[in-house]
Amino acid sequence: MTTWERFLFSFFNPAVAWEYLPAILNGMVVTIGLALVTVAAGVVLGLLLAVARTGGLRLLNAFIIAFADVMRALPPLVLIILLFFALPLAGVSLGAFASTWLALTLVLAAFAEEIFWAGILAVPPGQWEAARSTGLSRAQAIREVVLPQAVRMTVPPLTNRIIATTKGTALGSVVALSEILNQASSSASLAGNATPLTLGAAAYLAIFLPVVIFGRWIETRFAWKR
Amino acid sequence: MIADLILNFFNPEIIGRVWPFLLQGFYMTLGLSALVIPMGIAGGLVIAILHSLGLRWLNALLIAYVDLFRALPPLVLLIFIYFGAPFLEIDLPKLLAVAIGFLLNTSSYYGEVFRAGIESVAAGQAAAARSTGLTRWQTMWSVILPQATRNVLPDLVSNTLEVIKLTSLASVVALPELLNNARQAQALTYNATPIVLAALFYLVLLWPIVRLLSRMEHRSLGQRH
Repeated sequence: MTTWERFLFSFFNPAVAWEYLPAILNGMVVTIGLALVTVAAGVVLGLLLAVARTGGLRLLNAFIIAFADVMRALPPLVLIILLFFALPLAGVSLGAFASTWLALTLVLAAFAEEIFWAGILAVPPGQWEAARSTGLSRAQAIREVVLPQAVRMTVPPLTNRIIATTKGTALGSVVALSEILNQASSSASLAGNATPLTLGAAAYLAIFLPVVIFGRWIETRFAWKR
Repeated sequence: MIADLILNFFNPEIIGRVWPFLLQGFYMTLGLSALVIPMGIAGGLVIAILHSLGLRWLNALLIAYVDLFRALPPLVLLIFIYFGAPFLEIDLPKLLAVAIGFLLNTSSYYGEVFRAGIESVAAGQAAAARSTGLTRWQTMWSVILPQATRNVLPDLVSNTLEVIKLTSLASVVALPELLNNARQAQALTYNATPIVLAALFYLVLLWPIVRLLSRMEHRSLGQRH
């Protein structure tokens, strides 16, 4: 075999691809499901924390800042391994899916909180004062006046962070979560052929390339007015 | 109960035993960061400068490169390179596999940051610099890039933080960095203390960067209205 033939045989082998396609497709279902529940929980938690921070309670704010700092400083893989391998020693056993989901959710929530908070700060204080002076309650002022303006500004950075976090679902493979990467690498060792890895990479591109291009569009659409 | 938790998660005897091993891993993490950050920045600068030439076919290629490697999770890239290479009978050392995977990923992100920075510098700056007789290269290097870098400094710091956290992925191919050594120590001691200790190492290293970032981001938002 020439090098080129060996390359095709090892990485683009139709027979191997056909045999392991179902495994990769199953992995895609897990990856997409995990990404969706992570984004939903992470963004909601981040928004709640940012809104809670506007209350100005010193102790609560210190706790929120500490949470956001720790979750932004720790590599997500460290967090997943802590939750999956270490928590059982304290009598709490989360499965691979729950560990990965919780870790990624906490990380996304921390970044989302910082992004929403920065957005809230960027709304001129006059907006807040004007809203309150018309008789709106605090909750109404936040919900109807401050957040709509703040959230618009947060769309581009939040989109980027969501993309980064959902790509982190691949880290689940380290705790044997049967998502795309795990399916691909176990299939590759089973087949003695790298084609499943190629399929896995293609599966990620199929999911994330549209998302990245969408993010690029969002960035121009919601660009800061300078 | 509390005593049990301490025994399992913060066991002084185990800390003493694994400390030197984890410290070695920590140094490897520092060394790895010192290798991949400059590589990523250099790669990103090349991408952004090439992009600024404004050649349509070249820009299409650059954007395809950047989007491709931003769409692939870095761990997928690393596994593909490290476990794929032997099928071509290439014996790729771990460090080289990690360096290649990280270069492809981080240069894409740094490239996007520098591109945004270069585009944020007013067009008059380049025109003025060229009219004083500076060459194109001198204009880019001494006039555009310093301003561009300053404009996107928070994004650069944020990206660098991500790259340092990324080095923990090297544990998956058993490169002896902090997380890898912590997991080995955990397997040997049947105890979570090494992982907790590794998390603390990461916090000590990265928390100052996170703080710096928060301050920079709030300041830059404050300037905009």
